[in-house]
Amino acid sequence: MADADDRTSTPSSDAALLRQMVRIRRFEERAAELYSRGDIRGFLHLYVGEEAIATGVMAALEPDDAIVATYREHGHALARGVPMRAVMAEMFGRVDGASRGRGGSMHLFDASRRFYGGNAIVGGGLPVAVGLALADKLAGRKRVTACFFGEGAVAEGAFHESMNLAALWDLPVLFCCENNLYAMGTALARSESETDISLKATSYEMPAWQVDGMDVRATLEAARRGASMVRSGSGPCFIEFRTYRFRPHSMYDPELYRSREEVEEWRHRDPIDLFTSTLRAAGALDDASMAAIEADVAREIDDAVAFAEASPIEPVEDLERFIYTGRPEPSEAAS
Amino acid sequence: MTTDGARRVTYRDAMREAIREAMQRDERVFLMGEDVGRYGGSYAVSKGLLEEFGPERIRDTPLSELSFVGAGIGAALGGMRPIVEVMTVNFSLLALDQILNNAATIPHMSGGQFQIPIVIRMATGAGRQLGGQHSHSLEGMYAHIPGIKVLTPATIEDARGMLWPALEDRNPVLIFEHAGLYNVEGELPAESAVDIAQASVRRAGRDVSLITYGGSLPKAIEAASTLADEGIEAEVLDLRVLRPLDVASIVASVERTHRAVVIDEGWRTGSFAGEVSAQIMEQAFFELDAPVARVCSVEVPMPYAAHLERAALPSVEQIVSEARRLVRGTAP
Repeated sequence: MADADDRTSTPSSDAALLRQMVRIRRFEERAAELYSRGDIRGFLHLYVGEEAIATGVMAALEPDDAIVATYREHGHALARGVPMRAVMAEMFGRVDGASRGRGGSMHLFDASRRFYGGNAIVGGGLPVAVGLALADKLAGRKRVTACFFGEGAVAEGAFHESMNLAALWDLPVLFCCENNLYAMGTALARSESETDISLKATSYEMPAWQVDGMDVRATLEAARRGASMVRSGSGPCFIEFRTYRFRPHSMYDPELYRSREEVEEWRHRDPIDLFTSTLRAAGALDDASMAAIEADVAREIDDAVAFAEASPIEPVEDLERFIYTGRPEPSEAAS
Repeated sequence: MTTDGARRVTYRDAMREAIREAMQRDERVFLMGEDVGRYGGSYAVSKGLLEEFGPERIRDTPLSELSFVGAGIGAALGGMRPIVEVMTVNFSLLALDQILNNAATIPHMSGGQFQIPIVIRMATGAGRQLGGQHSHSLEGMYAHIPGIKVLTPATIEDARGMLWPALEDRNPVLIFEHAGLYNVEGELPAESAVDIAQASVRRAGRDVSLITYGGSLPKAIEAASTLADEGIEAEVLDLRVLRPLDVASIVASVERTHRAVVIDEGWRTGSFAGEVSAQIMEQAFFELDAPVARVCSVEVPMPYAAHLERAALPSVEQIVSEARRLVRGTAP
C-alpha cells in the first residue's frame, strides 16, 4: 500500500485513508460523549457517515492549497492536518484551541495549513473561496482553493453569485458539494425545483459531476481529477459528493423528518465499513492491523482530551484582543 | 495652482487621485465593483482608471454585491489589498452578511490568525430626490459593528488622504462618501498628513459645539457662520472616523463650549448622534450647561418630492435654531 502521490499534503495510501476516516469517526464519537458530559457546549454538528469526502479531498490537495469549510468541519480540519489536540481544546473553549477558544466547534481556523474556517452561515464561505482564488490568479500562483458546502447552500443567493463569478473569471476553485440530502430537516426535493445539483453548476459553464461520497477511493480520484483541472488554470470545477449524515443535524435534533429505516439503509453504505470490506476482500487488511489502527486512534484521542482538559482558559482581560490588528511594520507596507 | 502649491479640485477628483496613487504604489491594490471600469464609475470616481491600469486591476463585477464583497474579503485573506466599490450604501445591505459575519468577525473568531485588509467604499446619503430606496445613511449602523473601521471623509483633503492609510491598515475599513460631496470643489494642499484616527476641529468656537461628519459637515459650517453673525461662536467638530470613535476630541470640545448639537443624516432613533450624545452624558455630563441636542433625519422613508425630502433632512436652519436654543435658552 504505497503512496500513490507523494506531493499531496496528507498520505493517500489505502491504510492512511482508512486510518484518517477511523480517526475522524472516533474523534466525533468521543466529542458526542463529552458533549453529554457538558465539557463541550454550543452547537456540535457531527460528520459521522460523511468522512470519506474530507478524507479523499484533503489527500488530493497540496500544502499550499486553501480550504474553506462549513460548521460541520471537524473532519476537514483533522484530515487537513490541524492537530487533534488543537481541535479538541477549541471545543473545550481553551486557549490552546485552534482559535484560542474564540471559535468553538463551528469555527476552527489554522493559518499555517491555509484552513480558512469553519463558516456557520450557510453559503457564507463561497464568496470568500472565490476571493482566495482571485488573489491566486492575480498573483500568478498555481494554487487550488477547495470550498466545501452542503446541498442546502445551493438555495442561497451566495451560491449562484459565487458560481457565476468563479466561472466568469476562470478562478481556481474546487467546489465540493457534500449532498447529504437534508438541509437541517428539509429534504432536497422540498427545497429545490431542480434536484440535480451538478446540473446547476453545469449551467454556469463549469465542469461538474457526481461522485459516490461513501467510497473513499472514488472521492480521492474525483478530487485529484478536479484539483488537477483547476490547477491547470482552466477555471473552477464542481463535484457533488452523494452522502448521508448518520447522526442528527446537531445535538438538539429529534429527527422527525426522516425514518429510522432510511437511516438504517444508508448505514449499510457506511464509508468505513465499505472500505474495510474492500481491503479485507483484497487481503490488504486483517484483524490485527485494524486493531492497531483503532488502538492508535484511541491513544491519540485520549491524549487530545487530556491536553484539552489541561489547557488553560484565556484570561478575561484578553476579551477584546484580536478585534483590531495594529499598524503594519514598515517592512510590510507597500511592496 | 496657487503659490503654496495648493490646487483646486473636486471631491471626486481627489478620490480618484487617491485610488490612482494607491494602485501605483502597491501592486497588490486593485479596484472591483459594479461599473467601475468601462462605465467609469457610477459617480465617475474611477473614470479613466481602466485605460491606465487594465481590466485585471480595474475589475467590473456582475450585480452580485454579496459575492464580490465576499470575494474582496477572500482576496484580502489571500494577500491582496482590494478596494471594493459598492455603488451605494443602499446596495451594501445585500453584502451585509459578508461584511458583518466574515470581515468583522473572522479576525477575532480565528484567535487573531487572520487579517482582512480590505477597503470597501460606498456612496451614502440623500438630497437628490432619489426616493425611499436610494437615500439611506447607514454608516451609523455599520459603526455599531466591532471589527471594522468606519471613515467618513467630508473634505477634499480627507477624500484625497484617507484611502492610503485605510489600505495600510490591516483591518477591514469602510469609507462612506456622501453623494452630495462629489461635486464640491476646494483647495487640496500640496503637502498634507491625513490620519484615520482622530476627529478634527474645522472651526473654533467657545459657545456651542456642532458635532457632525460626512455630508452634514458643510451644513454645520454654514450654520456656524450664520450663528457668528448673531454673536454665537460655534465650534465645528468633524468626527471623520465613526469607529473607533475619537471620544477624547468630543469631550475636549464640550469642555471648551459646554453645549453640543449633534448632526447626523441617519434616522433619529438609534442614530449615531445618539451614541455621541451618550458618550457626552457618560464622560462630560458635568461640563454641560444645557442638554445635548440632536438634529437628525425625520423617521420616514425618504420621499421623492423635493419639499418633503428637504423637510425630512437635517437643515442649516434647524442646526442654527438648536444651537441658539442651547446658548440663549430660547424656544426653537
